[in-house]
Amino acid sequence: MNKKFVLGIYDDEDVLLTAIENIRAAGTKIYDVFSPYPVHGIDDVLGIKRSRLPIVAFFGGLFGMSFALWMQIWMLGFDWPMIIGGKPHIALPSFIPVTFELTVLCSAFSMVITFFIVSKLKPSLKVNVFDKRSTDDKFVMAIEVKEGVTDMSALNNLLRSNGAIEVNEKEVVK
Amino acid sequence: MQHVSPIREPLVTGGKTYHDITEDVCRQVEAKPNARWAAALAVALVGLAIFIYSVYRTLWYGIGEWGLNKTVGWAWDITNFVWWVGIGHAGTLISAILLLFRQKWRTSINRAAEAMTIFAVICAAMFPVLHMGRPWLAYWVLPLPNTFGSLWVNFNSPLLWDVFAISTYFSVSLVFWYIGLIPDFATIRDRATGPIARRAYAVLSMGWTGSAKAWSRYETVSLILAGLATPLVLSVHTIVSMDFATSVIPGWHTTIFPPYFVAGAIFSGFAMVLTLMIITRKVFFLEDYITLEHVESMNKVIILTGSIVGIAYTTEFFIAWYSGVEYEQYAFINRAFGPYWWAYWSMMTCNVITPQLFWFRKIRRSLTATFIISIFVNIGMWFERFVIIVTSLHRDFLPSSWAMFSPTIIDIGVYVGTIGLFFTLFLLFCKFFPVVNMAEVKAILKSSSEVKHHHNATMHSTDKGLNTNRHHNE
Repeated sequence: MNKKFVLGIYDDEDVLLTAIENIRAAGTKIYDVFSPYPVHGIDDVLGIKRSRLPIVAFFGGLFGMSFALWMQIWMLGFDWPMIIGGKPHIALPSFIPVTFELTVLCSAFSMVITFFIVSKLKPSLKVNVFDKRSTDDKFVMAIEVKEGVTDMSALNNLLRSNGAIEVNEKEVVK
Repeated sequence: MQHVSPIREPLVTGGKTYHDITEDVCRQVEAKPNARWAAALAVALVGLAIFIYSVYRTLWYGIGEWGLNKTVGWAWDITNFVWWVGIGHAGTLISAILLLFRQKWRTSINRAAEAMTIFAVICAAMFPVLHMGRPWLAYWVLPLPNTFGSLWVNFNSPLLWDVFAISTYFSVSLVFWYIGLIPDFATIRDRATGPIARRAYAVLSMGWTGSAKAWSRYETVSLILAGLATPLVLSVHTIVSMDFATSVIPGWHTTIFPPYFVAGAIFSGFAMVLTLMIITRKVFFLEDYITLEHVESMNKVIILTGSIVGIAYTTEFFIAWYSGVEYEQYAFINRAFGPYWWAYWSMMTCNVITPQLFWFRKIRRSLTATFIISIFVNIGMWFERFVIIVTSLHRDFLPSSWAMFSPTIIDIGVYVGTIGLFFTLFLLFCKFFPVVNMAEVKAILKSSSEVKHHHNATMHSTDKGLNTNRHHNE
């Protein structure tokens, strides 16, 4: 099934932010906005919820810490107990560095891997970019056109009156 | 574009637009390599050849190729290791700590500094691995189910902590660097004309489209990675210093080592960033992005960390005297006035005296002076590690085991070789990856760049962008 989109091209972030607010207030659903850099304040006006990746990072870190402590205590305390430098078998202070490192490692990697999965980022040859200028200097607002809608002039006017320098249409093969 | 701060100088000069940034940064990725780059690569490849030959000799004939002896069991190898690891620290510091502190001046230099971190850690890792003598058994340092040996690894040993610290540091830095590269790879992908480039950057950019949701997550990830990398930087050099501090050798067994090593690492790292950036901005015409303002900011860090290092040297001497331990006292007198006095005083000159010149604004803002002083700091920090390691080892408790250390040609070859390896990697990075983080520079452009005076070019030559408030760009 093909999906049809109307793309409003903007060249200023402040104009873009006002446009998003106005267009959402007019009752039009914005499919997505593409920008060359993170625009501050766009989360609020677009209604993007705060990311839950910090929670993933926390539990990843917790796992890393538990795993590191368990590993060291089990290996040196139970599996092959040895006295090293007169320290007890389970010498917690000297286990801290490895525990810290594994906490950071697991926290970082669990978060980054989750980031790739939820953002659907994977190495691929074909990338569907709505407008290639959105990775250079333009801000692109995409609005999905519902089936059966043939009169595009209303959308066109809405985007133009809110500061779009250009309005294009694009069909995406699903 | 406008620059609205009446106090701060602009971070991007030349009245750039978003598109100008893309053009300026992508230029060297897309164009044929320029002659200066090719000449530099040729020199670096000679260094790499020296490295390969020296490593071949070390592996084929053994560690006997190095100048180590029974008394001085560690010399250039660990000196170089600590030196390289230290150099790496500035990259993470710039990208992580300065991100947490919301320092906008990091944006133009963080990419190259992080690349420097990765390559410096690769060079550093060569030394402990080669020092093992049988590097093909290097995996023995990992806590693997030991059906091939008799025991588990010793978690009480700082040398093992190092294994975990360095490998975590390397992998987290690599991920941090790569995440930052993804949006810029997407920019290059969308501009690419050749089929190979288009495919290569499509794969590298992981299908990035720059959607608002992705950016939101991206910023969260960057911030948390920065938060994780910050204590990581401090921990890595702290643990490296514990390799020394947990021993009983006079001159090593000191509690000042962790903070002193961390300060020294940042000191040498910033010096190396300056050395590289001053060349890079010249070779790739990035003067508008890496400005005198950036150089000056880094020089201020050099003054701070250089002074901390200077205080640490003095404190060590004071504590040696105050502790009343005669071995400790002897170790320090031997450092300054013993057979390795020249190393000690080179260290003092390069690390304590030269960076103090940056108190003068003229010197702080002079590229030539900065370049020379940054080289001095690099040399001084190498001598610092040499002084700590060799002068403490060569005369310890028993005069019967006193000895001198002198490097062999292979010692020198491995060291010079890693510099070749480092520059080979760095130059390839400069050619194929965007040296300046385009997305982040674009993000600060509105608030921190110079106004474009296309109609009145004389204006900003007088006010230097200091009161260019509210001039709108066409």
